Amino acid sequence: MFDTYQKQLGIAVLAIIGLTILSIFIGVSDVTPEKLFANSDDGRALQVLLISRIPRTLAILLAGGSMALVGMIMQILARNRFVEPSTAGTVESAGLGLLVVTVLAPEMPIFGKMLVASLFALMGTFLFLRILRSIPLRSVLVVPLVGIVLGGVIGAITTFFAYRLDLLQSLNAWLTGSFAGILSGRYELLWISLVLMIAAYIAADRFTVAGMGQDFTTNLGLNYNRVMTLGLIIVSMVTAVVVVTVGMIPFLGLIVPNVVRQMQGDNVRRTAPWVIVIGAGFVLVCDMIGRVIRFPYEIPIGVVVGVVGSILFLFMLLRKDAHVA
Amino acid sequence: MIEIKNVTKAYDKAVVVDGVTLQIPAGGITSIIGPNGAGKSTLLSMISRLLPMNGGQVLVDGLDVTTTAGDVLARRLSILRQDNHIGSRLTVRDLVTFGRYPYSKGRPTVEDLKHVRMALQYLNLESMSERFLDELSGGQRQRAFVAMVLCQDTDYVLMDEPLNNLDMKHAVAMMKILRRAADELHKTIVLVLHDVNFASCYSDYIVAMKDGKIACHGSPYDIINANVMCNVYEIDVAVQDIDGKRIAIYYT
Ligand SMILES: Nc1ncnc2c1ncn2[C@@H]1O[C@H](COP(=O)(O)OP(=O)(O)OP(=O)(O)O)[C@@H](O)[C@H]1O
Ligand SMILES: [Mg+2]
Repeated sequence: MFDTYQKQLGIAVLAIIGLTILSIFIGVSDVTPEKLFANSDDGRALQVLLISRIPRTLAILLAGGSMALVGMIMQILARNRFVEPSTAGTVESAGLGLLVVTVLAPEMPIFGKMLVASLFALMGTFLFLRILRSIPLRSVLVVPLVGIVLGGVIGAITTFFAYRLDLLQSLNAWLTGSFAGILSGRYELLWISLVLMIAAYIAADRFTVAGMGQDFTTNLGLNYNRVMTLGLIIVSMVTAVVVVTVGMIPFLGLIVPNVVRQMQGDNVRRTAPWVIVIGAGFVLVCDMIGRVIRFPYEIPIGVVVGVVGSILFLFMLLRKDAHVA
Repeated sequence: MIEIKNVTKAYDKAVVVDGVTLQIPAGGITSIIGPNGAGKSTLLSMISRLLPMNGGQVLVDGLDVTTTAGDVLARRLSILRQDNHIGSRLTVRDLVTFGRYPYSKGRPTVEDLKHVRMALQYLNLESMSERFLDELSGGQRQRAFVAMVLCQDTDYVLMDEPLNNLDMKHAVAMMKILRRAADELHKTIVLVLHDVNFASCYSDYIVAMKDGKIACHGSPYDIINANVMCNVYEIDVAVQDIDGKRIAIYYT
């Protein structure tokens, strides 16, 4: 009835659901299932649950899943295993866009700000690809280096203006990923990333084909530039949505797709569900670690993901050599 | 029929394909031979719209390749390039299944899967169909690419050095498969071959290129002779009739 792929994925989804429930009941304010049904504290527990815990957990799942997915899409389209939105100038460009719109049109609703940030992210990513095309010898590692340099330049411009305009603190708050500020009413934008994930899944085969290169794509009757543009729009919008709501989560788009790739390969139709599930689960676990390790204080998600992620990534790099059959 | 009309390609001032005019008849195998740098791959890439041309026109069954919609052409003409570096970690079966993309758009039907099975079987790949491409030998990978192109099941099949990396057994098997596709399925197959003896034994028609131009074209009997070979390749070649086939001997 179900093949092994579906069974394994099903088990992973169940595990994530379990973690999600666990995550909802972790926190400073005491929320337990008994309290919820006891009616003794005037529904305070229920309020905490609805206003803070559930929104926070949903934000984690949506941001984690979608950032991991766009990391994979970028790697496939750029044909390089080391790019992701934070090594291609995408995140920094979104940050610049956010600054520009905050200064020029502070009254604009958050949705409009997100769109402006997306547009900047898209332009930054195109600039990255354009620079890559004009570099003759592109070795695997030069590509992310170029992206990091580009990101650095854009980030410096942003910092300069933020400093001049006395917005440095807000800028830092935007860019450092944290789920601490997530409350009901301040995360709903992230549902857009769910729509984008669905769109990416529908276009999965196009991305796989484009990952085989321009000639293969043309031979199979697809317009290469159109597929690239579609992919980069999805990447930019997801990045902007996540930066605007929770800030930057480093490494995520790099580690998760690479781990999944080792097991499942590069067929996006098959790997996308795995990348989303593992991405969401990974952020969920990191967030729980960040919340319990110095309880009742909280370590920002960016820091936890950075530490756990780099250890995992090293482990993966070392293991890869041993694995080659 | 493929009609190539005055097709030209230049990089800066270097003209690498120089006003080539040629008609490739429908049905049968046409082989393009010629020395390194003669412009064979460039010509093939322009016929298959992978490379824009500086001048001229290519018609496939009357369709101009530069203006016809990509997906329409993809059901009529397929191309395998000379070197295929795909970084993607795909299984052999996935790769071959993508050959059906022009028809299935990613949702393969029973009919599509039948084509996939046949292509895997033809190229002797069934035992490694679930392996990743980056875990195969050069010749196995080449066969996987050929299987993908055959799976595309187009009337016109263009292949740039399909015998790359293949051992004797698989090279002969490949040429027999192509011969069968031409004879039984009436495909029009255009190959770039370096081994003139394979061209001689399996083609209906041979085109010899040199310096971006067509040096001569005709039946294997006309083209594989000491004079033409010496002209095109600039080395001494002895040609013998063996079992009714013209065989060039050029090793010493
Ligand atoms: N991108 C390019 N820029 C400049 N010159 C090029 C480019 N691509 C090919 N050439 C030149 O065009 C000429 C024809 O190349 P082509 O690849 O068509 O040769 P070929 O006949 O396929 O050779 P081979 O047998 O070695 O595959 C060569 O001299 C080559 O150096
Ligand atoms: Mg060539």
